[in-house]
Amino acid sequence: MTEADRNTGESAAQGRAPLSRRRMLGFSGASLLVGAAAGAGLDRVAAAEENRAPGADAIAFHGPHQAGIATPVQDRLHFATFDVITDDRARLVRLLKEWTAAAAAMTQGRPVGAGAVGGPAVAPPDDTGEALGLPPSRLTLTIGFGPTLFDKDGKDRFGLKARRPAALADLPHFPGDNLDPDRSGGDIAVQACADDPQVAVHAIRNLARLGFGVVAVRWSQLGFGKTSSTTPDAQTPRNLFGFKDGTENISGGDAAALDEHVWAGKGDGADWMAGGSYLVARRIRMHIETWDRTPLREQQDVFGRDKREGAPAGKAKERDKPDLSKMKPDAHVRLAHPDSNGGSRILRRGYSFTDGTDGLGRLEAGLFFIAFQRDPRTGFIRVQRNLATDAMNEYVQHVGSGVFACPPGVREGGYWGETLFA
Amino acid sequence: MRPASVLALTGVATVSLSLLSACGGDDGKDAGKGNGDAVAITATDSTCEVAKKDLKAGKTTFQITNKGSKVNEFEVTKPDGKVLSERENIGPGTTVDFVVNLQAGTYKLLCSPGQTGKGPTQDVTVTGAAAGAGDPRLTKAAEDYKAYVVANVDDTIAKTRRFAAAVKAGDVAKAKSLYAPSRVGWETIEPVAEKFGDLDPKMDAREADLKPEEKKDWSGWHLLEKALWVDGSVKGKEKYADQLIKDLEDLKSRLPGLAIDPVNDMAAGANELLTEVATGKVTGEEEAFSHTDLVDFKANVDGAKKIYDLLKPVVQEKDAQLAQDLDKQFANVEELLGKYAEGDGYVSYDKVGKADRKKLADAVNALGEPLSKLAGVIGK
Repeated sequence: MTEADRNTGESAAQGRAPLSRRRMLGFSGASLLVGAAAGAGLDRVAAAEENRAPGADAIAFHGPHQAGIATPVQDRLHFATFDVITDDRARLVRLLKEWTAAAAAMTQGRPVGAGAVGGPAVAPPDDTGEALGLPPSRLTLTIGFGPTLFDKDGKDRFGLKARRPAALADLPHFPGDNLDPDRSGGDIAVQACADDPQVAVHAIRNLARLGFGVVAVRWSQLGFGKTSSTTPDAQTPRNLFGFKDGTENISGGDAAALDEHVWAGKGDGADWMAGGSYLVARRIRMHIETWDRTPLREQQDVFGRDKREGAPAGKAKERDKPDLSKMKPDAHVRLAHPDSNGGSRILRRGYSFTDGTDGLGRLEAGLFFIAFQRDPRTGFIRVQRNLATDAMNEYVQHVGSGVFACPPGVREGGYWGETLFA
Repeated sequence: MRPASVLALTGVATVSLSLLSACGGDDGKDAGKGNGDAVAITATDSTCEVAKKDLKAGKTTFQITNKGSKVNEFEVTKPDGKVLSERENIGPGTTVDFVVNLQAGTYKLLCSPGQTGKGPTQDVTVTGAAAGAGDPRLTKAAEDYKAYVVANVDDTIAKTRRFAAAVKAGDVAKAKSLYAPSRVGWETIEPVAEKFGDLDPKMDAREADLKPEEKKDWSGWHLLEKALWVDGSVKGKEKYADQLIKDLEDLKSRLPGLAIDPVNDMAAGANELLTEVATGKVTGEEEAFSHTDLVDFKANVDGAKKIYDLLKPVVQEKDAQLAQDLDKQFANVEELLGKYAEGDGYVSYDKVGKADRKKLADAVNALGEPLSKLAGVIGK
């Protein structure tokens, strides 16, 4: 850094409320134009639109449940888990409050703190700025607490051990698992979903920045294409195998199904979790290249669906009721179906990922599986055990894993995890 | 040193600077509001007119109008000949406001049509005392820091002399043992050393950061480092040892004229020191051949800690929480570093595994984030 770089003079006007991204809508191009005219114009027009109503594509942050679970699935994902690197409970709570304020702002299209521009020239801005000019993009931020927050190698760092819900069970080893510890676990997880990847990445980046010294990023995952839908009218998106999977997902509008299968209830064992849900994340590597050499008939047999429509074996349309007996005994849909799992249902919100190549010339690609459920023991664990004989296992490998207790939604004035730490 | 310093010499850094200027919020805020106190600057492709040449110390707004056909750049150069502040990308036909904090003295204003760094200039005289410069604790802190800089430059010169003597004697083993200690004083005050933009690359450039055409002119510590650790011989490298001493002496000779600003040099310097650690030392890039990165690491942290200690009374008053966080995170980094102490120095960084490097990186981030707030708090 040159001296000039660091001393570019101070802001002439301070104290104005930070610009919301929404108010700056339409300037994503202008803000890239380097030059005084662009800079000055940006500010003036933004000020004129100061009173604009929150955007239609902003998802409410506060409410009885956290957003990002029943919310219609957005296009993009940035999922990150953190290790808490302090034993100071009060400091952790302070961070959760700071995070909550930042999350509430970012989901509404506003920058973090005093914003990305207009502050003192000698200080780094509170917000990192790459989402300036972008709409809220239906950003949701959903927090979850991992088993190690409650009990790490027998150590009760934050006095939470007794409050660990039984439902927050350590996931057992499933046949075929090849889990990388560097892509598994974490004390805290944050799921950022948005229709614009830059908005999702901005959110995780700013939370990580606020967290330095209290938490450290353990691993994170970008997802580029949603593989499931919580809106029954919408087409089920295809995964990287080219198939529609998860057709019988729980609808975000089906309150009864959500209450029965997704939201934890009072009396479930941990009252602080009432209104919350349990998140299971699995990084599932797909052996794309061998799959692509597999004959169409076999591909369809593996899923138990046809490739064109996504129709269950022997049926015509995707949403026709499946006849499991028409599928091969080891077909994926047959084994994963609620009828094969004592009626167990989970809400899926997974994304495809491609993290470049693996050094052997193969795509480092797959499905970042995310499921929400009322109790993983009767949800994911039950279903995944049943998938031990899944024909698809020849083409997939689970390489990362995490389970997190996502507390209920935040009331106005409250903070993430308030019911746990209060 | 960081790659940016090398790039700055070649002008590449202007790209990032111009982006910063465009988004910096340092102008445009008052555009259209009218600005009675602003000093009007009228630039053309060949002239640079200033409306007023006697200015009062403190925050000064220059209102620059580009009436030329080329994109212009405006620079304020301090009495000591260094650029205080600059505003780039002033398009033809546009007017921008640019705020600079001026202390008493004579300044040169430069308009640079075509942004070449050259162009017509005007001299202005600033009198009086700038508001906010009056805090005697900050003045004292700056004086103490300058003494610290001088002491560390002296230290690095003395130790580099011994290192250079070993190089010239062809004593590879001895030179290797004296290499890292010779750099400690330098690394402690590195942001100040980097203010002398011509000297820093001569002494501290890393091979990996050089452009192909710069390689023939490479000199300094890291050239000798490579010769010692990779070639195992410093034969023919004697002249670089001499040059290093000469450059350090040159640095020392310029220190008396050096003005230290508590915000822009001290607080921002502490932040830069941690940036050095985060980008160069934790990654093991700084000492690619000798792997003595942890020695530099410690020196950078010590330099930042010194600055913080000097400014601490003011920090405690203005932001007690920040002071508390910084106390804790400095202690944390020092404790962690202590685990790697070995003899007079530290374990070779190539022996520090991935998991340990992650811990160091986490600790550096944990300290760097609150430290980045120091300048804003001191400047309040």
